[in-house]
Amino acid sequence: MTATEPQERRQYFMTAMREGLQEALREDPRVVILGEDVDRGVIGATSRLIREFGPDRIRNTPISEAALVGSCVGAAAVGARPVVDLMYSSFLYVAMDQLANQAAKLRYMSGGQVSLPIVYFANTGPSGGAAAQHSEAPHPMLMNLAGVKVVMPSSPHDAKGLILSAIRDPNPVVYLQDGMLAGVKDAVPDGAYSIPLGTAEVKREGADITVVAVGVLVREALKVAEELAPQGISVEVVDPRTLAPLDMDTIYDSVAKTRRLVVADNARITCSLASEITAAVSENMFDTLLTAPRRVAMRNVPMPFAPELESTVTVNARNIREAVLNTINSGGKR
Amino acid sequence: MTTSNLLQPYRLMVRIRRFEEKLDRLFKEGALPGFVHLYIGEEAVAVGVCSELRTDDRITSTHRGHGHLIAKGAEVDRMMAELLGKATGYCHGKGGSMHIVDFDLGIIGTNGIVGAGMPIATGAAWGDKFLGRDSVSVAFFGDGAANQGLLLESLNLAAVWNLPVIFVCENNQYAEWTRVDQLTAGSIHERGHALGVPGVSVDGNDVLAMREAVATAVERARHGEGPTIIEAQTYRWSGHNLGEEAFAGNYRPKDEQEHWRAQDPIVRYREHLVSTVGIDPAVLDAIDAEETQRVEDATEFAHNSPSPQPHEAFEGLFAEYQELSA
Repeated sequence: MTATEPQERRQYFMTAMREGLQEALREDPRVVILGEDVDRGVIGATSRLIREFGPDRIRNTPISEAALVGSCVGAAAVGARPVVDLMYSSFLYVAMDQLANQAAKLRYMSGGQVSLPIVYFANTGPSGGAAAQHSEAPHPMLMNLAGVKVVMPSSPHDAKGLILSAIRDPNPVVYLQDGMLAGVKDAVPDGAYSIPLGTAEVKREGADITVVAVGVLVREALKVAEELAPQGISVEVVDPRTLAPLDMDTIYDSVAKTRRLVVADNARITCSLASEITAAVSENMFDTLLTAPRRVAMRNVPMPFAPELESTVTVNARNIREAVLNTINSGGKR
Repeated sequence: MTTSNLLQPYRLMVRIRRFEEKLDRLFKEGALPGFVHLYIGEEAVAVGVCSELRTDDRITSTHRGHGHLIAKGAEVDRMMAELLGKATGYCHGKGGSMHIVDFDLGIIGTNGIVGAGMPIATGAAWGDKFLGRDSVSVAFFGDGAANQGLLLESLNLAAVWNLPVIFVCENNQYAEWTRVDQLTAGSIHERGHALGVPGVSVDGNDVLAMREAVATAVERARHGEGPTIIEAQTYRWSGHNLGEEAFAGNYRPKDEQEHWRAQDPIVRYREHLVSTVGIDPAVLDAIDAEETQRVEDATEFAHNSPSPQPHEAFEGLFAEYQELSA
């Protein structure tokens, strides 16, 4: 590095996300952050924002998830732009009617009369010892709602760009922070930048097999791709970034090239994101595929507490590597 | 109070009654799809409340919402069209009986989920306050909804944030098919007591008593004094929903029904207008005839309206980015 090149800024996931929130709060006075202890920020995304924006825009709320999720529907309907920290996506279940029946449906069932610019953000999936009621990965059921967008960044860089897009979007968005990314640092540009919702990104190009992964599993998939390259296996890694609406075109394009597919997802395998993508690819690209697509997803149990048990039921690089090799080595079509 | 201020509530109550009676007939003819919950007997609550609200005040309504909508200014032709699933309806046929809204009239939600409107009204009150407006929000809910946890959550939020929201409970004595005293402990208007939210029980079949109670609550709300609970004691003349007879049987005693029918809010108000105010009954008869005709015209409008096109099922889910310019 020469002296004239700018110093690369490396930020933690939560720091990058906080910068995105800060940009959104600065650019639109209607944006308000609400949640339990957001003045201090339990997970870290909202820490210290109160110093710049004050308690009217960084609002602590009672532990009343249903009222919190629902009141933001009313607030958005009259012109505010609430951004809600739900802490853990497991807590969404407490407020499920207000999300699924109210936020997701009010626009559609009113014949498009209203826009509801709301962001609900939450830590999601395993985060190491959080156990069954703080480790849910509910993104598949959220994808199934229609009427809410679902976003899951895989890096600090994307965390910042996607939170800004989510807040600018005139619709309810659930923004899920993969709990395993909290300790990850990455290059994050200064200032405001946005990543469009509904667009996937090819994180690494490859020729032999497509691995679609979300959240921290994108990093795991990239590790696998790196490991397998010397063996002459070229892995393409696709990150949907937005899960609803899901950019299937980028996935189809990738599979058209590689003709093999593995999908890695830390939601339970039944009706997972992995299930949806493999089903859609099987249905639409059966003749292109050389062999059956594979799902690598969490096992069908609640999250156990002990580290040995958690790692047994969740997805890691080893599982992805195994699935990639099995797919490459399977006989398939001739 | 001016004469038009006195006659308009009468007109609106009659309009609600005629509209609901028409729905009853349409349902029996098999011409009305879906779930329909009639408001007959409770007209003084909706009209009493909405008579004290401005257009930029908000309401969230319930599954039994037609009366609230009419009282807040909704047009019966577009309502009827929505009930018949027509493209000219308020929601272009996507909402139906339980989901008619008109955001321009401050009707920001009509709910098929019991109790679900309470946090939405609370949030609207907060949103308006945050944005520097002096609008007031009203959450209509039934005695059944009083047993949802959201009442406590919403009351607490409204109290702790001192929000301009009024919780109007329509205690029509039955939660679906079961009498309120078998399901609901204590009195609903006192449920805010420990939270410092004042509550009042009102004769919900007396439109003037309703107006008075609501005027006080609106005054409080608009001047930053926070939420109020109003429990309107009233009675649902019809069943919980049209067509329930096959399953519900006869669950309400005949003498009870007769007692409440003798308290007809429209008849009571009419008597007040004639005897106390001195309105010529012919004026009220003319209003009756006009409203009957209005509902007939609305029905004809709805019948003559086109159905939505199949492709419309896939439209309007998400707003486009540019739609939200300030």
